Amino acid sequence: MPSSSYSSDEEVEELPYVPFSQRPEWSDVRPVPQDDGPHPVVPIAYTEEFRDVMDYFRAVYVARELSPRALCLTTEALKRNPGNYTIWHFRRLVIEALNSDLIEEKLFVDKLAEGNFKNYQIWHHKRWLAEKLGPEASEDEHDFTRLMLCRDAKNYHAWSHRQWVLQKLGGWEKELDFCNELLKEDIFNNSAWNQRYFVITKSPLLGGLSAMRDSEVDYTINAILQNPNNESPWRYLQGLYKGTPDSFIIDERVPRICLQVLKEYSFCTFAWNLLLDVLCKGLKPTKEIEEAVKGLTESDESGSSDHNLVTRICSALERMDPIRVNYWSWRKSNVSINC
Amino acid sequence: MGELAVEKHTEYILSIEKRKDDFESLVMEHLRLSGAYWGLTALDLMHKIGSVKPDDVVTWIMSCQDKESGGFGGNVGHDPHVLYTLSAVQVLAILDRLDALDVEKVSDYVAGLQNEDGSFSGDMWGEIDTRFSYVAICCLSLLHRLRKINVEKAVDFIVSCKNLDGGFGCIPGGESHAGQIFCCVGALAITGSLHHIDRDLLGWWLCERQCKDGGLNGRPEKLTDVCYSWWVLSSLIIIDRVHWIDKDKLSKFILNCQDLEKGGISDRPDNAVDVFHTYFGVAGLSLMEYPGLKTIDPAYALPVDVVNRIFFQK
Repeated sequence: MPSSSYSSDEEVEELPYVPFSQRPEWSDVRPVPQDDGPHPVVPIAYTEEFRDVMDYFRAVYVARELSPRALCLTTEALKRNPGNYTIWHFRRLVIEALNSDLIEEKLFVDKLAEGNFKNYQIWHHKRWLAEKLGPEASEDEHDFTRLMLCRDAKNYHAWSHRQWVLQKLGGWEKELDFCNELLKEDIFNNSAWNQRYFVITKSPLLGGLSAMRDSEVDYTINAILQNPNNESPWRYLQGLYKGTPDSFIIDERVPRICLQVLKEYSFCTFAWNLLLDVLCKGLKPTKEIEEAVKGLTESDESGSSDHNLVTRICSALERMDPIRVNYWSWRKSNVSINC
Repeated sequence: MGELAVEKHTEYILSIEKRKDDFESLVMEHLRLSGAYWGLTALDLMHKIGSVKPDDVVTWIMSCQDKESGGFGGNVGHDPHVLYTLSAVQVLAILDRLDALDVEKVSDYVAGLQNEDGSFSGDMWGEIDTRFSYVAICCLSLLHRLRKINVEKAVDFIVSCKNLDGGFGCIPGGESHAGQIFCCVGALAITGSLHHIDRDLLGWWLCERQCKDGGLNGRPEKLTDVCYSWWVLSSLIIIDRVHWIDKDKLSKFILNCQDLEKGGISDRPDNAVDVFHTYFGVAGLSLMEYPGLKTIDPAYALPVDVVNRIFFQK
């Protein structure tokens, strides 16, 4: 029964709007206006429709009428205001009471989500539904978030939903490939980098961070070389050594990528910062590092008293990143303590 | 660039309350209580709270309460949710009318939303998000009822949402986002748990949010937006790293987002204003001690004199 309400609902959308007071199936209901005084201004047609739907919604809400027509009414109300969480709540009560077809419901919410993909209520409703549908819903849900992320690759809700589905319902097999795909499209996509870290640390199929570190370092270095002025892979690279400070200092690839980038892009603050971090964590500078740093900071040298390599780097950063000058001075002031 | 147009912004905020028929007020209907918090806090910071009648506001707020659960909905007749419950408590705090509340009833509602793992749901439907952890903790603290929840577990859940960049997401594994970072840092500050934060790492991530135009973004490679003047700045203040950004440039960015004709502040220069960004702009300037504004508490998001009244005048 309730499922038929959707097909009739689709027709409603095509036809001109009929006020509820003129619909025979609603003749027994008295609308309930919002309780905030009279509405003196002549409203535009759209808000009139809006108010009409809401006045009847309030009536069924107050009466707790869990019926097929109430479901239909929430459909109309949500199309006009998908952010109204009370309507969503009530709709779930109706669906539970009527034992409605959940696949139909999924089609409805997915369609609505396409036009409102930054709406908390819709995503929460999707999660509620997916939980009811169980593991067999995982593939569909992943397809859906993929579609949403193709349009807005940084949509926070879609990413949260995707992570939730992975953990609750599964579907890890192709997730690293999905990250590869998105990063291939936009290497600056911080959300995809975050997802990548989520996958390599949480996927039950990959063996965790220690098993993935080596190949991930290579992948990240490659990404950095594509465009060194990209905050995300620099942070990701350092995150790969989380919990193992020794391997961070020992891995020769770390200072090597810094120098390689700096030789071409001497203003890359992220490369300087990583070099600074690894030196402060205890890397003994090789002759190559020492000479490279001196060479790169020489040209705009003002205070020649910076014999310490780290101090020298901080002074250079103070000049090249004036908006954060206080941060770099603070790093410099720490030199005697930490280095 | 002008100065902060206090009179214009006051007019703008007061005009929203009067409008009930345009599209914006209809779609805002269900979050009117948060709208009231944004508007009234901005007015109070500008020393203009006297332009509203407290009794009318209190009566309306109390009619938004769900008598059964004790929680507040976003407007009269709407379902209760923790977000609007905090807004109600905050507005009553500003008006010095917390006595209107049945504190046990309201705090039982909020405490009842805590889950086994320490996280909080937003309402009976169970959506989980570190936003709700902050909202619940802030609300209970203002009501002197933090003892009703398991604070240790609440803190553990927040810490489990910490990322490699030092920031926080909405659930474990969620991407760092300045809004979520404010919620987590604020909740950790209120519960005296700031030792869980790597201040230097997070401070660097936060100060990297400042872009060439002086404004702040919420994530790498995203556009600047006035609302991050609040989320980023308050977090930096709480972890004592606010001197790592260029405050002059940020003030200029916010002031450039004012509508000097009709009042109100927008997300970016020349965009349409709304009450949300008007509040965040004024609050951001308050955090930077803009002359003539009250100072705002970075964790409770209320004027400091209001917070002092709650905690030091018992």
